[in-house]
Amino acid sequence: MRPVAALALAVLAAAAPAGAADGAPAPARAREILALLRQDCGACHGIRLTGGLGPALTPGALRAKPSEGLVATIVSGRAGTPMPPWRDFLSESEARWLVARLLAGDADAPR
Amino acid sequence: MRRASVRAAAAIALAGAAVFAHAQALRGTGDLGIVVERAAGRVQVVDTTARASLATIDGLGDLSHASAVFSRDGRYAYVFGRDGGLTKVDLLAQRIERRVIQAGNSIGGAISQDGRVVAAQNYVPGGVKLFDAATLELLSDLRAPAGPDGKPSKVVGLADAPGGRFVAALFDANALWLIDAADPRAPRTTAFADAGRQPYDGLVTPDGRWYVAGLFGEDGVALLDLWHPERGVRRILDRYGRGDEKLPVYKMPHLRGWAVAAGYAYLPAVGRHEVLVVDTRDWREAARVPVAGQPVFVIARPDARQVWVNFAFPDSGKVQVIDTETRTVVRTLEPGRAVLHLEFTPRGEAVWISARDDHKVVVYDTATLAPVATLAADSPSGIFFTARAARMGF
Ligand code: HEC
Repeated sequence: MRPVAALALAVLAAAAPAGAADGAPAPARAREILALLRQDCGACHGIRLTGGLGPALTPGALRAKPSEGLVATIVSGRAGTPMPPWRDFLSESEARWLVARLLAGDADAPR
Repeated sequence: MRRASVRAAAAIALAGAAVFAHAQALRGTGDLGIVVERAAGRVQVVDTTARASLATIDGLGDLSHASAVFSRDGRYAYVFGRDGGLTKVDLLAQRIERRVIQAGNSIGGAISQDGRVVAAQNYVPGGVKLFDAATLELLSDLRAPAGPDGKPSKVVGLADAPGGRFVAALFDANALWLIDAADPRAPRTTAFADAGRQPYDGLVTPDGRWYVAGLFGEDGVALLDLWHPERGVRRILDRYGRGDEKLPVYKMPHLRGWAVAAGYAYLPAVGRHEVLVVDTRDWREAARVPVAGQPVFVIARPDARQVWVNFAFPDSGKVQVIDTETRTVVRTLEPGRAVLHLEFTPRGEAVWISARDDHKVVVYDTATLAPVATLAADSPSGIFFTARAARMGF
């Protein structure tokens, strides 16, 4: 069961838009990041990413925003708001990969 | 024949708590509660005497950050979901009695002093809605004062207060909000502006007199005297960080379910590995207890001898026990990965702790600090027992 899921993830990652593919994390790490997204980012953005104390992170909500800015927000946080910096837990390339997944609406955490 | 059927009845009665709890068998609700399974949109009905799960109830929607209040007869749980769902769960019949989608994005709620009105606090649209507790009929819809972006502020920290009132904090409007709902179809509101930057949660003291709101945007706490709201909001614990650099906050602390123990309030310090101890007679800082991470829930055992604390990511695998006499940590426990919540039994001989990533709830004996039971649960988060029905501010 496990290898199949991992394989499916790898295929998904490969199918992600250009820009996501370079620096795409290994499958096990990808699973960890997506779990972090749902659970820990979800504490503020909602487990379904539809928003809470922080805004929605759905493709519709993010589409109009430059992705480099979103990456910077994730890595460095936004001073004066509750959005904390995640650089101790996510590298910049991981954040870039995550933003691509968010924009593609393809950030389902394996359960 | 007769004897056989008596024996059969006895066998059925013994067949387990699940049967016992069914509506047909008479029982009280004082030892019942719910465990939220946040990802699956379910709640378990649990029995704190049997330390067992009695039933699983499905179909409650998005339960990330879900919370619950209870009808004062302890029969119904009102569960507030992130997706704006308000679900009235019958703990005895073990089914959903009613459910409404009342907002786009919600965060919790409260029940009135007389048990007749359920209030939901919403992020989108920012405001409070009042419902008939029996029917979930909408009684009134209050828009919160606007924040700097012109939109109604997100409402946090909603709690009931004596006199048929509710109190809340307005995250974006830097204000507190008092709602007089004695007539729930025509409530009157008072906003207290400049209460402090970004209040993130609030609580009512066990005696119902004080509303305390934690501030995210500055070091300090806003205090409203509910005996004398006309005196306005007072700021306490000003600059408790003394200008030190705050740590990044990966999870907002919670004040609900909070700790007042023997005249002292135990509050989470935002962005610090500390619990602040405040003398509730003069609201001055009395001490600080260094702890293992950024506190999320700081909760007193009902007899006030201990305060239990869980922590934000990345220290969420730990729980610490503070002895209130010496104000020191006397034990560090590791119940499981991602501890999200803890709830004491009504008189505190045990505490139930949810470990989300290990999919279990662990019950500890609070005298020995040893685990005494484990229940399986799917990504459990909030645990709520019916004893809350009788407590102000819960
Ligand atoms: C403690 C609460 C909190 C947590 C946890 C949190 N965020 Fe945020 N986040 C916010 C808030 C609040 C904002 C809005 C900041 C503002 O007002 O500009 C935000 C903004 C953002 C934005 C910019 C959205 C936009 O529309 O501009 C992104 C992207 C984002 N967060 C991603 C994440 C990710 C990924 C994680 C987890 C690794 C995370 N956040 C965890 C509170 C949080």
